[in-house]
Amino acid sequence: MYETIAFYLFAFLTIAMFWITVTTNNALYAMSSLAAGMIFISAFFFLLDADFLGAVQIVVYSGAVMAIYAFGMMFFDTLNEVKERNPKKVVFVLSGLIALMLVVIFVSPIISSKVQALYPMVEGVSNPKEVGIVLFTKYLVPFELAAVMLLVAMIAGIILAGKKMEKSETETEQEEEVVFEKGVEQ
Amino acid sequence: MVTLNDYLILSAILFSIGLIGVLRRKNLLLLFFATEIMLNAVNVAFAAISKFYGDLSGQMFAFFIIAIAASEVAVGLGLLIVWYKKKGTLDLDSLATMKG
Repeated sequence: MYETIAFYLFAFLTIAMFWITVTTNNALYAMSSLAAGMIFISAFFFLLDADFLGAVQIVVYSGAVMAIYAFGMMFFDTLNEVKERNPKKVVFVLSGLIALMLVVIFVSPIISSKVQALYPMVEGVSNPKEVGIVLFTKYLVPFELAAVMLLVAMIAGIILAGKKMEKSETETEQEEEVVFEKGVEQ
Repeated sequence: MVTLNDYLILSAILFSIGLIGVLRRKNLLLLFFATEIMLNAVNVAFAAISKFYGDLSGQMFAFFIIAIAASEVAVGLGLLIVWYKKKGTLDLDSLATMKG
């Protein structure tokens, strides 16, 4: 009973938040509603007995990713109204049909063959423990690859964002203004 | 009682919202937001299937999707900053430099 109420409540909240993210013209509103939606998504993970996934969702998405976006937005002019294109309805219909076709193509072989649990859940073990057991036995190589990928992404982010950091854009603007004022005086 | 279908329908709705965002956004930063929504929608579907089939593989894939999303944000935002320093705009049309 409570589970059903919680599911529909969080479903409504998540859809509303993400809808605001997609439709608003203000980048700051979009970012805050996206962060709220991420936290509401983690509620579904707790409802689905995936405790560890829910914690990771809050820490990584609402914490790290949104913090990166917030820092990144300091580089951009976020106070301006965002312009949008309004594509024709044909675009929506065609892309929707293509998406539906892809779903049918990928799902039909799965439905025709019976799906069985590859790594059945162990009884009487808490979810984080279970996740640890599977992650460090069956999925050890992908886990290490993900670690290397995150390292590569970190180095790439530092190098890309750190380019020409010694040149401050505001300082050069001020210098130009000073030069311009001197020219006016002369 | 909430069934697997409810979760899958919710996931499909969230994915559609993300797709609408990708289609109608012109600002590259907000385009990134829309892709995050799509990744999250898929994560919900994975966790739901993991629960209702009694299998942990779904949760594992959700973890790897979160890792991929985090690194995608780091690299993508770095590229956006470089592009903004170069062009002074995040408009998607400013990328169309190969138009004949």
